[in-house]
Amino acid sequence: MSIEDSAINCLSRRKFLKSSGNVLLFIGAGGIITQLASCSNEADLKRQFEKHRLTAWVELSEDGMITIYNPAAEMGQGSMTSLPAIFAEEMDADWSLVQVEFSPQIASIYGSDGWSKERKVMLSAGSRITSGYYTLMRKAGAQARYIMRYTASIYWGVAPEEVTTKNGTVIHENSDRTLAYGDLVPHLKVPETLAEIQEDQLKRPENFRIIGRSLQRTDIPAKVDGSALFAIDLRLPGMIYGMLERGRVHGSEPVLENQDEILGMEGILKVVILDHAVGVLASRLEQALEAKKALKISGGSTQASGFNSQEASQKYEAVAGQMKKGRVINDTGDFSTAFRSAARTYTADYWNDYVYHAQMEPLNAVVQVAEDMQSASVWVGSQQGFDEKLGVPELLGIPAENVNIHLQYLGGGFGRRSMTDFVTECASLAREVPGTPVKLIWTREDDLTYGAYRPMSLQRLQACTDQEGTLTGFSHMVVGDGGHLVASGIRNDHYSIPNQFAEWRETSHGIRLKHWRAVGHGPNKFAIECMIDEIAADQGADPVDFRRKLMAHSPRALATLEKAAQMASWGDPVAKDRGRGVAFLERSGSLGTGICEISLDRESGQIRVHHFWNALDAGVVVQPDNVKAQMEGGILMGISSTLKEQITIENGVIQQSNFNDYLILRMDEVPDSMETFLIASNEPPQGVGESGTPLVACAIANAFFDLTGKRLRHLPFTPVRVLEAINS
Amino acid sequence: MPSYDLHINGEMQTVDVAQGTPLLWVLREHLGLTGTKYGCGIAQCGSCTIHLDGNPVRACILLVERLAIGQKITTIEGLSPDGSHPVQQAWVAAQAPQCGYCQSGQIMQAVALLRKNPAPSREEIKTYMKGNLCRCGTYLRIIKAIELASGKAGTPA
Repeated sequence: MSIEDSAINCLSRRKFLKSSGNVLLFIGAGGIITQLASCSNEADLKRQFEKHRLTAWVELSEDGMITIYNPAAEMGQGSMTSLPAIFAEEMDADWSLVQVEFSPQIASIYGSDGWSKERKVMLSAGSRITSGYYTLMRKAGAQARYIMRYTASIYWGVAPEEVTTKNGTVIHENSDRTLAYGDLVPHLKVPETLAEIQEDQLKRPENFRIIGRSLQRTDIPAKVDGSALFAIDLRLPGMIYGMLERGRVHGSEPVLENQDEILGMEGILKVVILDHAVGVLASRLEQALEAKKALKISGGSTQASGFNSQEASQKYEAVAGQMKKGRVINDTGDFSTAFRSAARTYTADYWNDYVYHAQMEPLNAVVQVAEDMQSASVWVGSQQGFDEKLGVPELLGIPAENVNIHLQYLGGGFGRRSMTDFVTECASLAREVPGTPVKLIWTREDDLTYGAYRPMSLQRLQACTDQEGTLTGFSHMVVGDGGHLVASGIRNDHYSIPNQFAEWRETSHGIRLKHWRAVGHGPNKFAIECMIDEIAADQGADPVDFRRKLMAHSPRALATLEKAAQMASWGDPVAKDRGRGVAFLERSGSLGTGICEISLDRESGQIRVHHFWNALDAGVVVQPDNVKAQMEGGILMGISSTLKEQITIENGVIQQSNFNDYLILRMDEVPDSMETFLIASNEPPQGVGESGTPLVACAIANAFFDLTGKRLRHLPFTPVRVLEAINS
Repeated sequence: MPSYDLHINGEMQTVDVAQGTPLLWVLREHLGLTGTKYGCGIAQCGSCTIHLDGNPVRACILLVERLAIGQKITTIEGLSPDGSHPVQQAWVAAQAPQCGYCQSGQIMQAVALLRKNPAPSREEIKTYMKGNLCRCGTYLRIIKAIELASGKAGTPA
């Protein structure tokens, strides 16, 4: 089946259920002819796809309803609303008539070009959805608007230039005629050629009606009445259940010792041996769970066997102490000379333990492989990927076009769901029972112990100042596993420091790793912002004032600093039992400053965050309330991971198993107040989802110093570590 | 396989499931009431919160045979036919959910709270709701939704 066929199948299957009064509007890019196709005529649809590589972004129906397709994953970050809003803005559609569906998962048609120059990619990660799709959706929406005007001009017999639009209607002022877009559907016409929309033909920001205005999120009603479907909720005819036992140590190849006993258990249909796990297929979920518990597994040793995370510091220090440099990430000026000739130097080590994603919906997928093994359907909450078919075609040895991915809502992503392990596992089980849908569910224990964590790391920082106390050099070495996973956020592009050096030194333990919200920015900004504060304190300088000087050439950064300071009334006296700290970050094109106020229980070592203020410059903000929600959520996740979260590993075995021993923030631990200010901008939209979390560890550590005069340098700030610091 | 008669959302339903099956799987996999979610299986996260005779319980540790005859089970689907329960409306007004996975449990817990205590203080809200985890961090908006529903929106803590 060709790509076109599979797209048609995907779209037209939905359409056959609707009336014949529906039309799919195919919007091309780059001068491609725009076509219409009646949704009830599959042959017509096929012809259009064959003629042009086109994109169907919107479906119009005579009753006026407009369906806009969302190409991104919806994991709570609001893409199901913000991307259609961008399209609707330029189309000048009536938002009250808009509904949203997921687009087919076909990157060549629905991908953004924000990831690669060579090809389009569908990947909801790195906070790049809005920025990656902004111009694309605007241009497509503008083309749709042009079709409305063109159709009206023919219908009314007037020049297209005389037709304007407003909120879902076409208007011919001269003759005082108007029509709703829905009324144009039976008469829709497209020009022979449609020039690509140029950026200066798009709406000017001061004319936005939808972008910048907070809409109610389209997916919220279903998430409030229980009808929103996550992949784990799906029940298909004939569906059976799969569960896997993956062994206690990452990388192990479990061997099953009691296969006959398992096969004898009630409802067990098959035992499936995979490279990394032993699986059972059962008629009922509870039967699969019983069998999983009864599996007797043995396994050989792997790289991770014998690894003890809490005793690895010696090794990390040894790597940091080596003469040989690691992978150099930034080498500006001459740090060594600046350091050698400095008036004053600083050195400090910062540490962070592993953390787990802890998304509320445990990993799962539903896969049905066709009886002839030549095609497959996948239902999954995925953040998509560079391979939007999630590894399934390769696993099954079939063409990509033969795999249909039905994207579902994600019960949390945070970077975990752009890994495809749980999808290919499910496909591995499903191919054992072709024709039968298989739902694979990871238990919470599976999800946690076979997680892919944010790596532990050591940050060794050095800095130096001249006679006047001006920062002349800054060196940042990160020691850890995972390359980019530990190195992101290591650069300082908004502080004026003439000599900078940054490098990554590799360690490797065989522990599964992944991008965790904001990736390396959390630990790296923790180290940087604490070091900046330590230097300021040494000079008796105010932390905000010290940063002000460093940001003298970065007006956008400075604006966030000044605003946050104003919001928190920085400089006003603070209660004796409270401390305040400030931190700055850049991430995915956004800049932000955060200030927090904490208190400390010196008996128990418990830190409590009372207030968190932040000022964010994220360019044009498409959905302000949603951005604020992302900042609140990101900051709470930052507080949670800074104060409470820890994955520890002994002899290669993960020591935590569920929410009783991997603690995440609860409602009774939230700050009394959180305030976000969005700085007005006409710059293109930047990333927001990961622009809150990295502010937190450093802001809290700096507030702790303000309160106690002691530094916290090892995440998480458990009560034990806090008490150690107080008593040091 | 034993048979159990369950009173769910105002209707009697009969299911054939093994003894020892948690009510959570009965609701989700056998009856298709998937609004109640699986988050941890050990009553630590609250995603599976339902009402038993109006009281909030965690369905993941409630075995089907432990239900007494006639005990009334209410799930999120049973709060209203169309999302119109005042707590659900407050949740929409506050735009509380992000990923949404924990929200059914949060809402069921909140409805129970407001039945017992129609005008809770912020501290009372936090204490009553703390068994319900939210990884996306919607806690402040949940508090706001509960205060809206109780008519105390805008009142200082």
